[in-house]
Amino acid sequence: MSLAIDVRGLRFRYGNGPWVLDIPELTLKRGTRAFLFGPSGSGKTTLLGVLAGVLKPEEGEVNVLGRDLASLSGAQRDAFRAEHIGYVFQMFNLIPYLSVLDNIALPARMNAARRARLDGTGVKETAALLADHLHIGDLLTKRVTELSVGQQQRVAACRALIGAPEIIVADEPTSSLDFDRREAFLELLFAECELAGATLVFVSHDRTLESMFSRTISLPDISRTAL
Amino acid sequence: MLSLDLALKSLRNRAFSTSLTVGSIALSVALLIGVENVRVGMRESFSNTISQTDLIVGAKGGTIQLLLYSVFGMGSPTNNLSWDTYREWAEHPAIEWTIPYGLGDSHRGFRVIGTNEDFYRRYRYRGGQEIALAEGRGGSEVFDVTLGADVAAELGYGLGDQVAVTHGIGEVGFLNHDEMPFTVVGILDKTFTPVDRAVYVTLEGIEAIHFGWEDGAPPMPGEEQTRDDVLAMGEIEITQVTSFFVGATNRRDVLRLQREINDYEGEPMMAVIPGLALNEMWQGIGYAETGLRLVTIFVVLVGLLGMLVSLYTSLNERRREMAILRAVGAGPKRIVALLVLESVCLSAAGAIAGLALVYALLSAGQPIVEAQVGLFIPIRPPGSIELLFLAAVVTAGFLMGFVPALKAYRTALHDGLAVRV
Repeated sequence: MSLAIDVRGLRFRYGNGPWVLDIPELTLKRGTRAFLFGPSGSGKTTLLGVLAGVLKPEEGEVNVLGRDLASLSGAQRDAFRAEHIGYVFQMFNLIPYLSVLDNIALPARMNAARRARLDGTGVKETAALLADHLHIGDLLTKRVTELSVGQQQRVAACRALIGAPEIIVADEPTSSLDFDRREAFLELLFAECELAGATLVFVSHDRTLESMFSRTISLPDISRTAL
Repeated sequence: MLSLDLALKSLRNRAFSTSLTVGSIALSVALLIGVENVRVGMRESFSNTISQTDLIVGAKGGTIQLLLYSVFGMGSPTNNLSWDTYREWAEHPAIEWTIPYGLGDSHRGFRVIGTNEDFYRRYRYRGGQEIALAEGRGGSEVFDVTLGADVAAELGYGLGDQVAVTHGIGEVGFLNHDEMPFTVVGILDKTFTPVDRAVYVTLEGIEAIHFGWEDGAPPMPGEEQTRDDVLAMGEIEITQVTSFFVGATNRRDVLRLQREINDYEGEPMMAVIPGLALNEMWQGIGYAETGLRLVTIFVVLVGLLGMLVSLYTSLNERRREMAILRAVGAGPKRIVALLVLESVCLSAAGAIAGLALVYALLSAGQPIVEAQVGLFIPIRPPGSIELLFLAAVVTAGFLMGFVPALKAYRTALHDGLAVRV
């Protein structure tokens, strides 16, 4: 059970199209900070979708925290994702009609297990605490449309982290930030992941960040289909 | 409940399109309920035009025709009944009271009705309300005239004014009974029934103006009689009535009495039960009613379709939102629930706003409609019909919500997390 992710013989394609992913093996230990890179169109986001249980592989096993997502039903995968996975998008991460606080609190409100892991602290208090850690504590009541891109990405990170999911999946969350802010953002994200003991899968095509991670995975190297 | 909270916040975020949608549903619902109220008001004011009268009796002819000329002041009577026949029935033991009507003349388009004091005592309308005088008294002398409220208001007459009666019931009669003007002695309170649009004189008055007109044509020159001539005559003999209203001593006898009158051999005559005849008439008008209701139901459907279009077109902009919701763990079911809830909220808000609008318009418009059209629309708390309409609108909204919801469901499944905006 020390493996967070254990993928075997994964093959995925959209409809009857060509294989997008063909990964014989991919394993990640718990607590790893993994840097997954590959050129655009190489299936990075698709792989994240599979790992998050949004997409269902046609063949193979996708063991996440010891559960084979490939054998779960759609609703079971949705519940699994809600409980165990925090997701950060490249950009436009936030629900426009919710406040910063409501955006951060959303996963905890949607999933009882995430709520239970707050250890008796209220959803709001936890959200505020996380926001403080990421230096956006004074933005809680703002409309998300009033935030800068960097602030939005930190709100998204808070949302991914609330309720301490075991795995944080981040899809190029820094690509819209300038270099200094990228590093600052990553440091904050790392600190929080460490605090929660979470495994981080971080996708980027920008290899300048690679050195900050404990493990680097090249998607073209592990997937036989990737360009 | 999280989905409801999300739905409401999402709707509030799109406040402009939300209020437009709610507004259009509200207007259509207001129209639906408003039409229903007007319909009920019309039906009630129609069937309450006359009340507590058990039978209306006149010369043999059509039942609706008898009702029209006796109660609504429309159409022409075919024949009169003799005074003796009338008296014979008026003294019938099963008949408690009668109101005789002598019709056939008019004043500037308003019907002139010859009657007697029984009219003021016995005539009832809308749930047993009595005829009341706004000013003066009910006519009792030969040349007394009492005006319905509309007549006095429209022609600007007051007590003491002189009124000439026209032979026949056209707007512009050329055969005027000018030589015998009547004097206004009373003006009736408004009743919102055809009573308001009639002019009441005595049966003696009707007889007097027709002296010399026995063959239907004006008297030969030199033979006209004047008001003074008539007054000098003393007692005037009444020869005929057009119809009369009957109150039975015992309501159980009404059917028997009706049969007896219809079978009367002295003169061809008939009796109708006003409630039945009014119903029969209303059924004729009822087709228009159904059509009207059908139109308003379509208006509501159009309002709901507007909502459908607005939700559906918003989905493309919201693909990102759906992807985020999926990423934080919302299953397709929650996304369907979210959109269906939005649709239900919109239609429920529209329905309630529509209901409020109806009551606002009704309370503002009731006196105006009453004054202008003579239609009294009762304002009562929403009844089962209104609640049924509201439930139907919300149910329709619920069902329609599945169209955008299933589209969003499919899109969300297909997009996964990969929407690029």
